Amino acid sequence: MPKHETPLLDQLESGPWPSFVSDLKRQAESRTQKQSEIQYQIPVDVVDDLLGLLELSYVEKEVHWKHGGIVGVFGYGGGVIGRYCDQPEKFPGVAHFHTMRINQPAGKYYNTDFLRQIADLWDFRGSGVTNMHGSTGDIILLGTTTPQLEEIFFELTHNMNQDLGGSGSNLRTPEACLGESRCEWACFDTQELCYQLTMEYQDELHRPAFPYKFKFKFDGCPNGCVASIARSDLSFIGTWRDDIRIDQEAVAAYVGGELKPNGGAHAGKDWGPFDIQKEVIDLCPTKCMWMEGGKLKINDRECTRCMHCLNVMPRALRIGNDRGLSILAGAKAPILDGAQMSSLLVPFMKVEDPYDNIKEVIENIWDWWMEEGKNRERLGETMKRQGFQKLLEVTGIPADPRHVEHPRFTPYIFWKEEEVPGGFERDIADYRSRHPK
Amino acid sequence: MDKEAAKQEIINFLESKSGSKTKFYFNDFTKLFPDMKARDVKKALSELVQEEKMMYWSSGSTTLYGLKGSGKKEE
Ligand code: HEM
Ligand code: HEM
Ligand code: SF4
Ligand code: SF4
Repeated sequence: MPKHETPLLDQLESGPWPSFVSDLKRQAESRTQKQSEIQYQIPVDVVDDLLGLLELSYVEKEVHWKHGGIVGVFGYGGGVIGRYCDQPEKFPGVAHFHTMRINQPAGKYYNTDFLRQIADLWDFRGSGVTNMHGSTGDIILLGTTTPQLEEIFFELTHNMNQDLGGSGSNLRTPEACLGESRCEWACFDTQELCYQLTMEYQDELHRPAFPYKFKFKFDGCPNGCVASIARSDLSFIGTWRDDIRIDQEAVAAYVGGELKPNGGAHAGKDWGPFDIQKEVIDLCPTKCMWMEGGKLKINDRECTRCMHCLNVMPRALRIGNDRGLSILAGAKAPILDGAQMSSLLVPFMKVEDPYDNIKEVIENIWDWWMEEGKNRERLGETMKRQGFQKLLEVTGIPADPRHVEHPRFTPYIFWKEEEVPGGFERDIADYRSRHPK
Repeated sequence: MDKEAAKQEIINFLESKSGSKTKFYFNDFTKLFPDMKARDVKKALSELVQEEKMMYWSSGSTTLYGLKGSGKKEE
């Protein structure tokens, strides 16, 4: 018997899709059934009350959660997000309903033993409701009370070798694609760089001092499996400087139909025979490919590493050998002002331990943004306000044609005085000696 | 300015404002010390939090700092 009637929520179970309402009901029932086995440290009916409160919000069309608060674990300024309900008498199970962000492993590799430990810990000291994973990448544990926070933190750090993630005006938990562990397109070891920078910037991750949140994400190639270009203030995207490696025999095998394009991913429907002209060459965004004497040619100077041709013919085309990454800056997806993608800042950098070249770019940007960024202003907004030129200046990166999205509309170029030989001061007498009135 | 002096100045600033405002952004503190590096201001603030003289307040997306025990408390 459910604790609260939830006719409006029940409707959400009727469609063809999986329903979070069904999941929550199952969890509510499981908690009630197991109360003799598990010494629950927060109310048994936390999930019942969560459903009841949500139903009430649906009826009244008003939210009953309060935002924020001074909750956390000692020494950390992030990782816990305080949430309280404004109807604690009616719904005591969710009077406190704090979220904990747990730093997911790079590439999100787990063993089942770890997952069981997390699930057991969260059933015991929390609601048992999780989100695997939040947009930031963390394991999200939804719903516990203030006294449980230190207990959970102790268990995680002492017995599970597991840290909290970032929240608030911190460096958020860095996130990487699975990269070299499984993917032939990885141009650098995303998991390693993600781990090394997470360790290097522990203080930034746990002790807030930025104007607002700051995110790093690492994509091994421009396919962008963690969508760093859209979701991180600094996007690290693998690329290569030399040429795409072409296996002409495999090209011929794709053309001849012996190899399935896209690894056979579109096999569910008959699309007709593979047409390299239509499906690869004509779709190259920079029009830098052509067939010549039965061989595929690429003008690699024009290729922007869009990955299309490599994705269609993975056996024939491979990433180059001189690999590294590009750094792009300024993506954000705020609720008020529209979304913005990252802009290219560093066209190419090698990725080698101890990664000093990469850290230098990061720290120069932070020094500038921490100094100049307004409160609650993301890096992308500071960049827009002060100009991309300013970003180049503070990072010491020379301007490059690849920084230009498209040629400018106006013929004017604004020089700074120090860029003009001799400055703006002119000796008028000297000028007139050559240009009489 | 040395760190202890900076910490005292932060406390003085917070106490002088306690009538009107109890929570501040990190950048409000860097403005108190125009000649100090932001990283050093952060170290001073982190120590004050460690010493339990100050507290973090977080909405989940933004973090503010205040004197411990000041302002609205959560139940
Ligand atoms: C008008 C109301 C709200 C708006 C517009 C809003 C908006 C957002 C947005 C845009 C995110 C980021 C989503 C993501 O990264 O996946 C977020 C995350 C979050 N919100 Fe809200 N929210 C609202 C109400 C609430 C309420 C009522 C709660 C809790 C009771 C809540 C708790 C959270 C938490 C814990 C996160 C982080 C989740 C994660 O990291 O995956 N929010 N919110
Ligand atoms: C770097 C040097 C120069 C720049 C950047 C420049 C730029 C411009 C621009 C932007 C316009 C407005 C065009 C329009 O609104 O359609 C203009 C108009 C004009 N410029 Fe220049 N200009 C330069 C040198 C000169 C020189 C050396 C002369 C003559 C010796 C000149 C004569 C004119 C004239 C007569 C017009 C008016 C044309 C019209 O009304 O159709 N400009 N210029
Ligand atoms: S981003 Fe590229 S390297 Fe990383 S998993 Fe995806 S395809 Fe592979
Ligand atoms: S990667 Fe993209 S831009 Fe480069 S050759 Fe292939 S299709 Fe063209």
